[in-house]
Amino acid sequence: MQLSRRQFFKVAAGGLTGSSLVAMGFSPTAALAEVRTFKLARTTETRNTCPYCSVGCGIIMYSLGDKAKNVHAEIIHIEGDPDHPVNRGSLCPKGAGLLDFVHSKNRLKYPEVREPGTKEWKRIGWDEAFTRIAKLMKEDRDANFVAKNADGVTVNRWLTTGFLAASASSNESGYITHKVVRSLGMLAFDNQARV
Amino acid sequence: MTNHWSDIKNADVILIMGGNAAEAHPCGFKWVTEAKAKNKARLVVVDPRFTRSAAMADLYAPIRTGTDIAFLGGVIHYLITNNKVHLDYIKSYTDMTFLVKDEFAFADGFFSGYDPEKRKYDKSSWEYQMGEDGFVKTDPSLENPRCVWNLMKAHFSRYTPDVVENICGTPKDKFLQVAELLASSHTPDRVMTILYALGWTQHSTGSQIIRTAAMVQLLLGNIGRAGGGVNALRGHSNIQGLTDLGLLSNLLPGYMTLPGEKETDYDAYIAKRAPKPMRPGQLSYWQNYGKFHVSLMKAWYGNAATKENNWAFDYLPKLDKTYDVLQVFELMHQGKMNGYIAQGFNPLNSFPNKAKVGAALSRLKYLVVIDPLATETSEFWQNYGEFNDVDPAKIQTTVFRLPSTCFAEEDGAIVNSGRWLQWHWKGAEPPGEAKPDPAIMAGIFLRLRDMYKKDGGAFPDPILNLAWTHKLPYDPSSEELAKEYNGKTFADQLDPKDPTKVIKKAGELLDGFAQLKDDGSTACGCWIFSGAWTEKGNMMARRDNADPYHNGQTLGWAFAWPANRRILYNRASADPAGKPWDAKRKQVWWDATQSKWVGSDVPDFKADSVPEDGMGPFIMTPEGVARFFARGAMNEGPFPEHYEPFETPIGVNPMHRNNPKATSNPAARVFKGDMEAFGTAKDFPYAATTYRLTEHFHYWTKHVHSNAVIQPEQFVEIGEALAAEKGIKAGDKVKVSSNRGYIKAVAVVTKRIKPLKVDGKTVHHVGIPLHWGFKGVAKNGFITNTLTPFVGDGNTQTPEFKSFLVNVEKA
Repeated sequence: MQLSRRQFFKVAAGGLTGSSLVAMGFSPTAALAEVRTFKLARTTETRNTCPYCSVGCGIIMYSLGDKAKNVHAEIIHIEGDPDHPVNRGSLCPKGAGLLDFVHSKNRLKYPEVREPGTKEWKRIGWDEAFTRIAKLMKEDRDANFVAKNADGVTVNRWLTTGFLAASASSNESGYITHKVVRSLGMLAFDNQARV
Repeated sequence: MTNHWSDIKNADVILIMGGNAAEAHPCGFKWVTEAKAKNKARLVVVDPRFTRSAAMADLYAPIRTGTDIAFLGGVIHYLITNNKVHLDYIKSYTDMTFLVKDEFAFADGFFSGYDPEKRKYDKSSWEYQMGEDGFVKTDPSLENPRCVWNLMKAHFSRYTPDVVENICGTPKDKFLQVAELLASSHTPDRVMTILYALGWTQHSTGSQIIRTAAMVQLLLGNIGRAGGGVNALRGHSNIQGLTDLGLLSNLLPGYMTLPGEKETDYDAYIAKRAPKPMRPGQLSYWQNYGKFHVSLMKAWYGNAATKENNWAFDYLPKLDKTYDVLQVFELMHQGKMNGYIAQGFNPLNSFPNKAKVGAALSRLKYLVVIDPLATETSEFWQNYGEFNDVDPAKIQTTVFRLPSTCFAEEDGAIVNSGRWLQWHWKGAEPPGEAKPDPAIMAGIFLRLRDMYKKDGGAFPDPILNLAWTHKLPYDPSSEELAKEYNGKTFADQLDPKDPTKVIKKAGELLDGFAQLKDDGSTACGCWIFSGAWTEKGNMMARRDNADPYHNGQTLGWAFAWPANRRILYNRASADPAGKPWDAKRKQVWWDATQSKWVGSDVPDFKADSVPEDGMGPFIMTPEGVARFFARGAMNEGPFPEHYEPFETPIGVNPMHRNNPKATSNPAARVFKGDMEAFGTAKDFPYAATTYRLTEHFHYWTKHVHSNAVIQPEQFVEIGEALAAEKGIKAGDKVKVSSNRGYIKAVAVVTKRIKPLKVDGKTVHHVGIPLHWGFKGVAKNGFITNTLTPFVGDGNTQTPEFKSFLVNVEKA
């Protein structure tokens, strides 16, 4: 007996379970195979942490694609991590919508520049972006760096460019950001904790 | 948080004030529910609005926004006058017996040393009396009128229930019910936790509100105990980590501080931060400051940091003042800044007085925005009609927008409110050409370094010598960076007890900050994170959720700083003899057979300190005890005092009617022009406050389809009485204006906001959710911070978003 997945569920809903069907001699091989290929079963699970508030709920991200070279993994489902000691599998309305954040149509994809006085973005490459930004920074730093204050004391600070760091980026991003910013002598430096 | 999320279940009483955990931290709030269900805990909520947290409360008390010090001061008065304090705890674990200088005084709203011209205090009188032995003088009999206890009693004697009712608008009987319930936790067998959030920090007196709460918890003996503590529910997923890593104008990683420009001598700079004990037998753990600092400089500058150059002391920029965001945008507004880089941060929406912030950005030469999303800040120059009415042709700022990855597309750790460093893993590639933040920082830095190498320029030394040993210099990995902040040793480390044994081989990762040295033989990028990634592997990635003591202290889950401790100050959970105050709630205790401290948590103490030696549990203070008297640590005084918000609906501080200069925080910094931009109750009669909704997170989820569906359009909440007075019906469009601008939104008329009787006047509140803007998939709306005032807390400069004045009219 061959049953499609839909037929199998119909039969099962009629009062028979899959195992009793098998016991009766019907072997719903195709149907069971269908159940096994339930979409999440073909996904890769990755543990992550909700990036919104500070509860730090554990989440599981399910992505299609086996992480092989040239396979583009795509996250298709996100849910709470039941092993997590704080959220124990639950998510709030914010965390429950994380998938739509990952795939928001307002995600940025390419470096862009808006030139002075214009009203549109222009796509540029990373190399151009980095080089232009570094040039602007160096120009400003070289022109305005304060090596000594009015009393002749070495102060080595750069006040005319500032930096705001992200409160949702990782420790590792934060650490390297701090290291770079201070090496330049910046003091106009804060993160979301200030507000 | 002094404690952590699952620990809330251990509480008997829970006070939520200055926060709304049920809506802003829903999955953390589950532990409140758990405490109620399993521990018969009682929940108290004090808030201007009847929030969803209030809906779950056993007791709700309304309060006028910005008057929390008066309320909590009233609680302190109640605890003292009704003798509801944990006396054995405060006698041994606080400064109550310490004597204060005779010159210290408080009169007419000012503490001693005030300079009204500079709006600043000379804090020299805010100190202890020192004995000839070099230690603070104390009076254990508490008879001396100059002991902290007596000064504190006198200070708070003015905060009677009538005064609380008059200032806060909280009915006296409600206040007394709250005070009585809070007071029930003064016995050793009951514990209260306090949960707060931005509803306390975002006031011109925010830091002092939190201090007052800490004083309440000390009086009740609730600090260091399971189910206790003062718990900041931080607003963002890694705001704790970025604070820990010191990404603030005046900080270095691990709560170390940058030198001021007057600190020209390196040894004095370190010595000032490594204070000697002020009482006999105290640990004063910051005495190790030099080890943390030198190890940081070795992590950053490697071989370029030497003993001879004071570990590259000149590489550190020296402060003339703090460049917090209000200061920076003030300078930008004056045209004194040229460049700005916003990494995952949306200042146009997030900072007060949007008109000023937008004008400031327009005066920049260049702005760089690094973000996963198209933020309003990145398009501050674009005309969005009424939401952003600017002329792009007149704005000469070059704006770069760089796409970064989001959480799902990167490895790394973030630190939750409970100080847990939790590792996460990459699950997909980012869209388009987006890059991780470290790669973007590397891209900019490496080009700058090449330019300085090639062309020279202003003080290139720190740039050229910055340690950059990544396998892929343009793409530093999270693993490399985590190991760098954990720290390593350059030389073999010998066992101090048996110098023939090598406990750490040269080049190995450190086990923790106890192994740090100030001789240049160790490197560590953030001492409090040391232990996060050791030779045993990535401690932050641990996933053992076993809870053998059933107290929620899952020591095998992730890594908590410092040293995997789950509850700070936990030595105070035991009495001076080292026995737990409450046998049912054992945390750490002295084990005489092993001669060491043991417990269900990692003891926050010197492990072999015999109780008889009298070392205090607050090992980070030179006193060894907690301070009721803050000394010079706060800018507006050693004791908290009620001051009105800068925009006050009653126009006077009822505590100091005859001193208009003490109406609002006398030590808060106000820039020229901003004082004039404050409104008064004559034109803007209603007290306004901003907040988050359950369905949205800040300015992100308006980009998220599902959240935009469930909460699509901007609204404001007004009470039925005010709506009736103004002829506003639910669903009407209203215009809400402050002295700085206006927004238009749909009116939600609610029973959740009731008028309060304050100082003989009726005060209405207007509630303004903050989530909208002109970019997103939700319906575009106005930026809420168009309305808010450009003034910050007297210590942290956190803007006063939670208390200001508006008018409301039908649009």
